[in-house]
Amino acid sequence: MKGKIIVNEERCKGCDLCVAACPMHILELSPLNVNSKGYHFVVQKAPESCTGCTACAICCPDACITVYRER
Amino acid sequence: MNDTPMHYCPGCSHGVVHKLIAEVIEEMGMTDRTIGISPVGCAVFAYNYLDIDWVEAAHGRAPACASALKRLWPDRLVFTYQGDGDLACIGTGETIHALNRGEHITIIFINNAIYGMTGGQMAPTTLMGMKTSTCPYGRQSDLHGFPLKITELAAQLEGTAYVTRQTVHTVAAIRKAKKAIRKAFENSIHGQGSSLVEVVSTCSAGWKMTPRQANKWLEENMVPYYPLGDLKDTTQS
Repeated sequence: MKGKIIVNEERCKGCDLCVAACPMHILELSPLNVNSKGYHFVVQKAPESCTGCTACAICCPDACITVYRER
Repeated sequence: MNDTPMHYCPGCSHGVVHKLIAEVIEEMGMTDRTIGISPVGCAVFAYNYLDIDWVEAAHGRAPACASALKRLWPDRLVFTYQGDGDLACIGTGETIHALNRGEHITIIFINNAIYGMTGGQMAPTTLMGMKTSTCPYGRQSDLHGFPLKITELAAQLEGTAYVTRQTVHTVAAIRKAKKAIRKAFENSIHGQGSSLVEVVSTCSAGWKMTPRQANKWLEENMVPYYPLGDLKDTTQS
């Protein structure tokens, strides 16, 4: 694992843009869970493949993704 | 940028542009010396999200307000943040004249080809044939005129130093847009003349699409009519 993302689930509006932007295709909208606004927030389906490229964080309109990289 | 959750619809380009402005201001170390002018439109609540000084101007009058502020405080970074209804419709006069006077301000122009806040009516920038709630059969030139390219107009003016058109629909485009905003802000601080950064944006709610479809529609329809890139840059020489 080279990177890790933390999603602010309450702030996420489930717009799907990070899912489209992820070059590793490891993000998806949570199929069952929703936040208090009723949005399906984003989750990592294969966290071990994350490279920490920050593409998801750059394109997130609501600034709800924080990316950590392994040093 | 503070922790207030944004009121924008899911996938709205406003959030990305807010983030870019916040990043640029922070990188330039101008947090305490920046004044933003917020418009009337979806971005009216921009003052809730960015921790800088703000003035809320009357509809379309942001460039006039910014001109006054910049003349009173020449050491401040003054920028306006306007949508197409505010800048290209009701505020066309203010915009053109502020740019023509060469006020050392930056105008961030969000062009989503529709009036987002009021419910998806036709804007001056609506594309030909595009359906909105006030032109349900599509925009027709004999009835509604042609889409207004305000950035091309601004590039003709003597007072402008930097006029560019960007978009934020891909990660690469977002990085480019950030560079453009940084350059425009630097012009504003160094007194190079006025700068206009148009950001061709999506309005997934107004266009009745998912955010992903809206990005695709933007690339296929908006970008050919509103070509991206720098239209004028006198700061190179």
